[in-house]
Amino acid sequence: MTTTTPSATAVVRTTDQVRKAPKERRGGQAGRRSTPLTIAMLAALAYFLLPLLWLLIASTKSTRDLINSFGLWFSDTPQLLTNIRDTFTQDDGVFLHWLLNTLLYAGVSAVGAAVLAAAAGYGFAKFRFRGNGAAFNLVLGAVMVPATALAIPTYLLFAKVGLVNTPWAIILPSLVSPFGLYLMRVYAQDAVPDSILEAARMDGAGEFRIFFQIVLRLLAPGLVTVLLFTLVATWNNYFLPLIMLNDPDLYPITVGLSSWAAQAQNGGAGASSDMLALVVTGSMISVIPLVVAFVLLQRYWQSGLATGGVKQ
Amino acid sequence: MARHLARPRSAGPLFVAPFMVLFLLLFLAPLGYAAYLSLFQEKLVGGTSFVGLDNYLTAIKDPQLREGVVRVATFFVIQVPVMLLLALLFALALDSGLLRLSRVIRLGIFVPYAVPSVVATLMWGYLYGPDFGPFAQLSDKLSLPAPHFLTDSWMLGSLANIVTWEFVGYNMIILYAALRTIPQDLYEAAALDGAGAWRIAWSIKLPALRPALTLTLLFSVIGSFQLFNEPNLLMKIVPDVIDSAYTANLYAYTLAFTSQQINYAAAVSFLLGLLIVIISYAFLLTANRRRPA
Repeated sequence: MTTTTPSATAVVRTTDQVRKAPKERRGGQAGRRSTPLTIAMLAALAYFLLPLLWLLIASTKSTRDLINSFGLWFSDTPQLLTNIRDTFTQDDGVFLHWLLNTLLYAGVSAVGAAVLAAAAGYGFAKFRFRGNGAAFNLVLGAVMVPATALAIPTYLLFAKVGLVNTPWAIILPSLVSPFGLYLMRVYAQDAVPDSILEAARMDGAGEFRIFFQIVLRLLAPGLVTVLLFTLVATWNNYFLPLIMLNDPDLYPITVGLSSWAAQAQNGGAGASSDMLALVVTGSMISVIPLVVAFVLLQRYWQSGLATGGVKQ
Repeated sequence: MARHLARPRSAGPLFVAPFMVLFLLLFLAPLGYAAYLSLFQEKLVGGTSFVGLDNYLTAIKDPQLREGVVRVATFFVIQVPVMLLLALLFALALDSGLLRLSRVIRLGIFVPYAVPSVVATLMWGYLYGPDFGPFAQLSDKLSLPAPHFLTDSWMLGSLANIVTWEFVGYNMIILYAALRTIPQDLYEAAALDGAGAWRIAWSIKLPALRPALTLTLLFSVIGSFQLFNEPNLLMKIVPDVIDSAYTANLYAYTLAFTSQQINYAAAVSFLLGLLIVIISYAFLLTANRRRPA
């Protein structure tokens, strides 16, 4: 496993160097802006945003209009609020359940995974103990075990101990993030100076106090990165809840929406039932929180990735 | 350092322990249990019995599994180069400093990553629609034949488009982050030596990107070979195009949860995992060998 941690030839920069890099530091290198390149990139951007624009427009339409009106423009009778109300009242408000479930699973998993990875990453980076290297490499090797190859065995094991069809079936497997650990270890190596640790120890601070009061703060950008990426992974997870849960009240949004989509499909290709509009509106609602999180936390996760994620 | 060793040595394992305990319980235990299960077979008469490596031998000869693996391998060979090349071009363009609106463009290209693959697939499935999808509507207006996105011959390309849409931005961000760590002095030195923008991109940026490219390639291997969500959801729209063994992972899922062949499913997902690990290692070794010492 040493193959994934070659450090001698790697791009090694200190966090300071990256942090000092100003936003437009390349401005001087080029000295001018290119209009053709900007136009080309805007064209590319259109490809990425057009489906989302479609989703936004579609969520204002009735199922009838979804089929009869042009997809990329509004219909004559927009009804976004009606759609949102219908989405939340369908099946006794099950959509709200899904939303809250998703929030719970993703929130607990992300915070848990980030803290566990931070503690372990710090432990591996700053302490020498027997088995340090071997344990870390074992975890690193696990990055390559595909999530779904693991999911079926995990289901079998959870079925054995009675965890299937409980929230734990989703949360527990999401708590362990090998990539998160890897990122935090690389990050802690740079971001936590040994001198601060030694000074704190001289002052008589205990190891746990040092961790919670000093180290966690220094690790913040890396922590936000792991938090956000675990949040996305759990929020968007479909395979694991699909196999673990069969009670619709426990579904996260992804599995719930796909069950609605299947109903819309069965109702005569969506033409006769109203489900299609609900699937579309529900999809639109489910996209918003993560996009907002990414935009708001942009500065943190990008510096976290820059200093931790790309060094091998 | 030496005089501080006493305390740190005792605290280190305590920080590492919570993660490692969960890792053992949630990573190694399921794998061990699956390995155990894969050695048995449910017989009509006499219940479950030990069969050694029989399930693996069956799997290797299983034409449905082979077809699924070949299909994801084809997908990988076509989709991943396209995706990574686009991500690389976008990252270089963003890093060049030549763009207006670069922050908006960067975030906009990345946004699909935050969209659940379920939503992405439902969305594209609708856009692909042969009757009332916008592409079909447009072709109709122009009196052209509607594109056949959801037919047998187009399906792999249509899936590739969805996956590309979802992950170009993610890969772009990793590559872009790596580019930002290259010290400015290198460019200044190169410019003094008379190197142009292309020369700098080729001789400084690309070599510096190698670790990040290896990382994105590794994630792509893992992602492609366990393709599941997109085909599973499109299967509901066009069941006659995508069958339950369309990808290797879809097949493992079907074995476990539709046909209740738990032991065989364990063996199949084990083989699939093994395949991914082997391919990942092959890429890592090649990447390391090419790296100048």
